[in-house]
Amino acid sequence: MFSKYDIIVAGAGHAGCEAAAAAANMGSKVLLVTMNMTTIGQMSCNPAMGGVAKGQIVREIDALGGLSGIITDKTTIQFRMLNRSKGPAMWSPRAQNDRWRFAEEWRLALERIPNVDFLQDTVTELIVKDDRVTGVKTQLGYELSANAVVLTNGTFLNGLIHIGEKQLTGGRISESSATGITGQLVELGFETGRMKTGTPPRIDGRSMDYSKMEEQAGDENPSKFSFSKETSAIQNQRSCWITYTNDKVHTILEKGFSQSPMYTGRIQGLGPRYCPSIEDKITRFADKDRHQIFIEPEGWNTVEIYVNGFSTSLPYEVQTEALRHIPGLENAKIFRPGYAIEYDYFPPTQLKPTLETYLVENLYFAGQINGTTGYEEAACQGLMAGMNAHLKVKEENPFVLSRSEAYIGVLIDDLITKGTEEPYRMFTSRAEFRTLLRQNNADFRLTEKGNKVGLASQERLDVLRGKEQKIAETLELWKTLKLPLEELNPLLETKGTPLLTEKMSIENLLKRPQLAVTDFAPFFDKVNPHGADSEELEEAEVLIKYKPYIEKENQIAIKITDSESKELRRNIDFKAIKTLSNEAREKLTKLKPKTLGEAKKISGISQSDLSILLLYAVNSDEN
Amino acid sequence: MNHWDDTIIALATPAGIGALAVLRISGPKAFDAFLSVSPKSKILERPSHQAFVSRIFNGDQQLDEALAVKFSGPNSFTGEDVVEISLHGSQYIVQEVIKVCLQSGCRLAEPGEFTQRAFLNRKMDLAQAEAVADLIASESEAAHRTALHQLKGGLSKEIHDLRQHLIDFTALIELELDFSEEDVEFADRTQLIKLVKGIIGHLKNLIHSFSTGQAIRNGIPIVIVGPPNAGKSTLLNALLEEEKAIVSHIAGTTRDVIEDILILSGISFRFVDTAGLRQTEDFVENIGITKTREQLDKASFALLLEAPDSNENEVQSIEEEIKQRALPYLKIKTKADLISTKDTNDFFLSALSGQGLEELKTEIVKRSVDRQMLHSETSLITNLRHFQALNLTLESLIQVEAAIESGLTGDLLATDIREALFHLGSITGEITVEDVLGSIFSKFCIGK
Repeated sequence: MFSKYDIIVAGAGHAGCEAAAAAANMGSKVLLVTMNMTTIGQMSCNPAMGGVAKGQIVREIDALGGLSGIITDKTTIQFRMLNRSKGPAMWSPRAQNDRWRFAEEWRLALERIPNVDFLQDTVTELIVKDDRVTGVKTQLGYELSANAVVLTNGTFLNGLIHIGEKQLTGGRISESSATGITGQLVELGFETGRMKTGTPPRIDGRSMDYSKMEEQAGDENPSKFSFSKETSAIQNQRSCWITYTNDKVHTILEKGFSQSPMYTGRIQGLGPRYCPSIEDKITRFADKDRHQIFIEPEGWNTVEIYVNGFSTSLPYEVQTEALRHIPGLENAKIFRPGYAIEYDYFPPTQLKPTLETYLVENLYFAGQINGTTGYEEAACQGLMAGMNAHLKVKEENPFVLSRSEAYIGVLIDDLITKGTEEPYRMFTSRAEFRTLLRQNNADFRLTEKGNKVGLASQERLDVLRGKEQKIAETLELWKTLKLPLEELNPLLETKGTPLLTEKMSIENLLKRPQLAVTDFAPFFDKVNPHGADSEELEEAEVLIKYKPYIEKENQIAIKITDSESKELRRNIDFKAIKTLSNEAREKLTKLKPKTLGEAKKISGISQSDLSILLLYAVNSDEN
Repeated sequence: MNHWDDTIIALATPAGIGALAVLRISGPKAFDAFLSVSPKSKILERPSHQAFVSRIFNGDQQLDEALAVKFSGPNSFTGEDVVEISLHGSQYIVQEVIKVCLQSGCRLAEPGEFTQRAFLNRKMDLAQAEAVADLIASESEAAHRTALHQLKGGLSKEIHDLRQHLIDFTALIELELDFSEEDVEFADRTQLIKLVKGIIGHLKNLIHSFSTGQAIRNGIPIVIVGPPNAGKSTLLNALLEEEKAIVSHIAGTTRDVIEDILILSGISFRFVDTAGLRQTEDFVENIGITKTREQLDKASFALLLEAPDSNENEVQSIEEEIKQRALPYLKIKTKADLISTKDTNDFFLSALSGQGLEELKTEIVKRSVDRQMLHSETSLITNLRHFQALNLTLESLIQVEAAIESGLTGDLLATDIREALFHLGSITGEITVEDVLGSIFSKFCIGK
């Protein structure tokens, strides 16, 4: 009845959608199995994409040919570039999205890919032969065969929802959980653990008094995520609103603690420190007399509101009473209460850099199953898992990004080498090469690579080439272009930077911290004769202003790449190297890394093991 | 092919006092480094593989007259340009020469690094290199213990504090980068400058204490403890009697602590005799006991003395004190001539008859020194390595201070701070992003 697929993707959240789209666009025949066709691409938590470090990831996904950037752009209701006042490494795009339209756009985008088939069913078991996955079994009793399987179960594996003392099994509120897979994976030898996360209540916008809140509007000149010409920046935007909790709210919440699953010990999973529930905030930071609450619209037309900052698993009555003491929410009506959810994950140190599991060949994990949190983190793993599943099935080289190439590289490297104790979220501080991994150069870093493996389209590559050329021309021009002093000096004066007595090139002028390329707008007929767009001008400016930092990081990155590419001697007997740790000897013998870099990506291989490998095992015939 | 672009230096003979101390320099700038201590040596023009006499200077001050041998690469031990300098065996001279060479751009060799270079330059086969790898492993274990010893002292507490301050400072910078949208108070520039100045001051003090204290006055501190009249002074005198030629007698700042330097098997030990440890109401004696505890904190090894007539509870409580500090020690039953039945597990000594004294000396060298000093590149250098790491940390922080003052944005500041964290991390163990995030999450309410 069912044809054989190249790849089956179980789960259709951010990870599953990207995985299915990537593999199918690269040429694999894909089956996307989801429990519910109407919740494809669902935003389970807040209706927003991007933010600091996360925005960079979305742009990387887009640059590689993934779809999250395009879907986000098409459904944006508000856009802000965060951290504008800081250096370019910190600029981070963030969008509020229409939750319904976001899911709809994902579904439609997948429907447009001929290689994607859909099945509404639940995967209950993997079919594994000789340590290799060959398909899945479903709740409805089907056996589906495939060469590779990508699991993107999100919070659904043995999901348990808590609201006060009530416990419900489910992967999201009102949706059932998935059982069976965890038990089978444990039998196959996988380690597993529990994690916890939470979400705030959604309330009726008609019950709110916005006059008591601060407005938070979008950027005046909004930008967008996708590098492609397929989308454009939005014109009209919706605002968010800010209000605060107070002592009274905290007192009410505290009264509910005796019924809180967090404090009565019913929740065992570990939640993220950077996304605490409101009850966590008032306990851990008891001296803080108020906490910020963001009121975020759920879409263009709906009245539903997302109460960002008020994640809670207290009883419904306590949630309502506490909310009603927040300014502007005095008459708040809850549509859906907040809740906490516990779910199974598999420590990601059990994965290869391709996100394939070590234990079962051709089985890939992506998203929350790996202990991460966030749509962006999930989406990029799905993308990488989908790409690599395709490449494996077609017997091509794997696609792995390094820490100096992308946040995606940092994320996967952190996961597989260090694992994670709490839901893993990306921060820019996790990246050693922050200055290289800018949101505005993600296409420079990745589009060509994405194109080479068959994902990013030729059209995207052409756009990149055009941009490269514009920037190169502009930089060349600025090296020598000097404006007449009588035109320039008045500008310098208003910017509070020393006036010139001799002409100076635009390049040198832009090195002054007080001057930005946009200040030269009145002279664009001379300064920008090629008509470079704002992103191209901005990148040219960054390359001038931050040149020493970019060069410094580049040099370190090259050094690391060089050392990682050192080849280990073939047929080396790692067991005979007594100075290696036991764990290292065992893992190296089993996994047979070919380079120092590959050895480095194995969890449990310490810095001192690597030094010993450098001494013993590096092929010294390389000269 | 040469894999390395820097020049390394280390002492090639065992640390301690011998007639000669040989320093080895290897790398592309080996000859330049030698010129920095011996400007008139004309080493560049000299033939390879020949020894020559040369005067060694630190600036204008002549330190020594030494024998040097030049080896031009690739015909040398490491395959690189190498200079070996035979100095007179004074720790002061050795330290000074190393310092000058470091200033001229050398770096202290990692344990086993000469051999590693020899292997990588194919001067050695794998079997030979294997022997070295074993040595590296054993040395890092010793280094680990050395670090632990220092951890017990006040100095290491300061380094630990410094680490924490630097992590917290970094957290403040990262906070406004990764969490700019959060409702928390961000540090302003004036606060940041004040903080970084504080850390720099702290660091300068540490560097000062390193260079004057640890690095110059070498000698393994061995503390002699025990209840009053257990025979501590008698033992010290007996040890001194035997080694009459080489004794320097340093009176402590009070009459309660006496230090004596002795050389056993060519290694110098600083024996510290202490006031008897016991509970007392006597004020003066209490001062003495506090000092004894300080000495325990500083020591690398302890000799715990117990006489047949010692109070057992007192001995036990002293033993507790030692164990609390994880200090290796040897328990000695003194006045052995007065003991009739002897448990074979204990070490017996009669300073009066000299019974057990030779064995004790062997035991001290074996137990307190073993791997720590067996090879030349450790003990002496550990201090210098720390010193160097602290100096590099300081350099980076001075850059950070300048950067804050010039109004550089936080992400670029962070690049400089990471350098400082890296250097300090080489002493205290790696400082990771988890340390920084941990500091942020513990201090600030993060998360919408």
